[in-house]
Amino acid sequence: MRDKKSRVPGRIFLALIYIFLYAPIIVLLIFSFNSTNSRTVWSGFSLRWYEKLFNDDMVINALYTTISVSILAAIIATVFGTFAAIGIFNLRRRWQSPVLTLNNIPLMNADIVTGVSLCLLFVASGTILGFGLGFITLLLAHISFNVPYVILSVMPKLKQLDNNLVDAAQDLGCTWLQAFFKVVVPEIKPGIVNGALIAFTMSIDDFIISYFTAGSGTQTLSMVIFSMTRKRVTPEINAVSSLMFVFVLILLIIINIRSSVQDKKLRAKPA
Amino acid sequence: MSKELIRLSDCTMAFDDEIVLDNLNLYIKDEEFLTLLGPSGCGKTTTLRIIGGFLVPTKGDVFFDGVRINDVPPHKRKVNTVFQKYALVPHLNVYDNVAFGLRLVKPKIDKKEIDQRVREMLEVVSLKGFEHRAVSSLSGGQQQRVAIARALVNRPKVLLLDEPLGALDLRLRKDMQQELKRIQQQMGITFIYVTHDQEEALAMSDTVVVMNEGIIQQIGSPEDIYNEPKNAFVADFIGESNIVDGIMRADGVVEIFGKKFECLDSGFEKDEPVDVVIRPEDVDIVDTRAGQLIGLVTSVTFKGMNYDIIVDFKGFKWLIQTSDFCPAGSKIGIHIVPDGFHVMKKSKYSGLYGDYSSYSDEYEELSDADEAEEGSEDEK
Amino acid sequence: MKNRLRLLAYPYILWMALFVVAPIVIVVIYAFGSAGGGFTFDNFSRMGTYLPVFIRSFKLAFEATVFCILLGYPLAYILSKESSRSQGILVLLVLLPMWMNFLLRTYAWMSLLENTGLINKLLTLIGLSPVKMINTPGAIILGMVYNYLPFMVLPIYSVISKLDYSLIEAAQDLGASSAGVFRRVIFPLSLPGVLSGITMVFVPSVSTFVISQLLGGGKYMLLGDLIELEFLGSAYNPYLGSAVALVMMIVVIIMLLIMNRFGEGEEQAVMI
Repeated sequence: MRDKKSRVPGRIFLALIYIFLYAPIIVLLIFSFNSTNSRTVWSGFSLRWYEKLFNDDMVINALYTTISVSILAAIIATVFGTFAAIGIFNLRRRWQSPVLTLNNIPLMNADIVTGVSLCLLFVASGTILGFGLGFITLLLAHISFNVPYVILSVMPKLKQLDNNLVDAAQDLGCTWLQAFFKVVVPEIKPGIVNGALIAFTMSIDDFIISYFTAGSGTQTLSMVIFSMTRKRVTPEINAVSSLMFVFVLILLIIINIRSSVQDKKLRAKPA
Repeated sequence: MSKELIRLSDCTMAFDDEIVLDNLNLYIKDEEFLTLLGPSGCGKTTTLRIIGGFLVPTKGDVFFDGVRINDVPPHKRKVNTVFQKYALVPHLNVYDNVAFGLRLVKPKIDKKEIDQRVREMLEVVSLKGFEHRAVSSLSGGQQQRVAIARALVNRPKVLLLDEPLGALDLRLRKDMQQELKRIQQQMGITFIYVTHDQEEALAMSDTVVVMNEGIIQQIGSPEDIYNEPKNAFVADFIGESNIVDGIMRADGVVEIFGKKFECLDSGFEKDEPVDVVIRPEDVDIVDTRAGQLIGLVTSVTFKGMNYDIIVDFKGFKWLIQTSDFCPAGSKIGIHIVPDGFHVMKKSKYSGLYGDYSSYSDEYEELSDADEAEEGSEDEK
Repeated sequence: MKNRLRLLAYPYILWMALFVVAPIVIVVIYAFGSAGGGFTFDNFSRMGTYLPVFIRSFKLAFEATVFCILLGYPLAYILSKESSRSQGILVLLVLLPMWMNFLLRTYAWMSLLENTGLINKLLTLIGLSPVKMINTPGAIILGMVYNYLPFMVLPIYSVISKLDYSLIEAAQDLGASSAGVFRRVIFPLSLPGVLSGITMVFVPSVSTFVISQLLGGGKYMLLGDLIELEFLGSAYNPYLGSAVALVMMIVVIIMLLIMNRFGEGEEQAVMI
């Protein structure tokens, strides 16, 4: 539309921002292959930090905890959140908005406030019921901050749903339950999958809330990284981050391919 | 065409104290094409949903073939519905949408028969060759046909259609009217059709039920409804009408504007105040000297077949359709034959309709506003 | 049927009562309590001691938010002007760093900002004297901006990219210059995006303890550090910690309410 010249300053600005965003990450990746423990002086390529990483029991345990809590929390939150979203969607109008506001509190609240408040809840109920902070409290905390994301991603799909679709399915012979699984679930599936993915990444990425609710015996990867940065600074951390970054990158690429394949499938149908 | 199939008896429907249907009584015969006609919010869609089983009336009973079916869920009724916006299952293709109901039948129908019935039905709605198309890739008219095929493939005794043509453009709507009538006759089943479009109702139906404010205003054949409207509401809603206050002086004699006219109506009290309907096409324009009444032309609109002219009679504006051109500002005389008058009892609608002071606005509003508001009726 | 589906909401409402409302209530109770038990205002009367921490936290978070707007708004605007094909990738590139662990992103800056870090090495290489960057308030702000910039860009971008183009054309038609179009149409309409961006940047910034510990070297105590210290650190005192968290939360909520009120007014003005 406009002449190309006026775009040049914008492009330069974009380039600078991307350098700002990616320079630290690239430096981090490069130095994970450094042969000495310096994070600033390059002294040759080696995989020793990766080797060390995989022999570090603490890291492996933390990785196991992180992955299991993320998967469990994502699955439970997705199922729970989907049903909750359907329930909330069918609430009377005047109840819907206060419930949704309540649902947004964990999203709006500072993580540290959510973290300490859940910590207090678990400690208080733990002293009464006789349990301590650990994997279960960590999992509960993760579920509780994941469910709102699932609800927020399922809700719009429910709103898009044709009012009459369930009626139509019943009209054609479905019982109510059949109508739900044959018609409603396939229609809101993109929202459910999306919610599950968001929940999973939120769990993987979380540090602050885990930090306050996991107790001293349970550690997630983020917590290990945090303790590493406090004690000794070694390229082992660079290796962890590189692996996690690549893992997420692969996950993202898979998601993108999946959705573009779906797009193509839709478009491939003769119009 | 004689057997009674569905009966609604004293049905009342209320949502949160708001009465939507008020003591409705209606019976529907087998193989009949019946239309529920009325403005938005009149209760026509509610009536349809009660028959479909999506709503249970607050009070009153629904009978199907003589059996009370108030508590029978939709999937057990021998009734299928074509929904307003079709409600096709978006993730299924045309074939699977049509086969949807057949695959649910127990005991299972074998694949061959399903296939045969689906293809047969797609042929009936002229969609042969569209089996594997995604429903989202179809035009509105085609989606409409899929919805009809999907409902009919289950061989219902009754097909319910909720404003099925509302989303189509005018041309397509006319074609689909013919199409629907043909399908109904071919299948030999009952159609219950909901619409706010009076032309559609007159063109397709065996019986028209005019509704307003949750009450049936009139039931009758299209001709009855048009020629013998029961009250001012029906007269105004169906076609164009000039409605004026009159007094019945005797059988066959009605007085309007202080002048006695000969008419064909009888059975009223002497000197009973009445509403008198004069259809715009029943007014003949004559020379002012020969006129029974004399009025002033205030506006003229060319309509192709005829002119619509608005004529002022003592402050009351009439719509007259004529093939003669009368310039605005001219004085004309009119003549009405006895058959041109239709006399109605006074009702709560008297005085509300039938004046053309704001003619052009009203004309537009009728179709547009109704469609826009229709959504709100659904939500209830 | 609608009636029965409604029931599905109840377990979650119960859940929220347990895991959203109850914890906050407990924080409030703790804020007015002490190790000895009983109701007390002590925690709040001691708050004065921590006034510098409050001021420092809000000041740094405010500055970080301003920088995020200054960088994020033009970025979002430029992105929305790109061709729709490259837009998707460019936006994804802004979001991608977010998928890397937050701690690692912050940690990455340590090796760049250190006294013997890469930036200083670069500076000496081109003949300049090294600058002290790590463990300064500036480094903390940088960490906040780096971590939360996408939170500012995304809501602004999504509002601007959905702007009805005919509105802009209408404004041009009515005689607005491109600067006028921006000032009178685009900016007011994108304000809701800016407001939610501010919320999303300010709240984590004001409550962080990771960034201040990694990039500030623990020399600049922020509210997050204080709370962490009272709950998990050497100064274990969850009562005081709760009081600090409560006050912080209330101040933030009041700020956001005022801001949103102001924003709503703007929005309505535009509508009219």
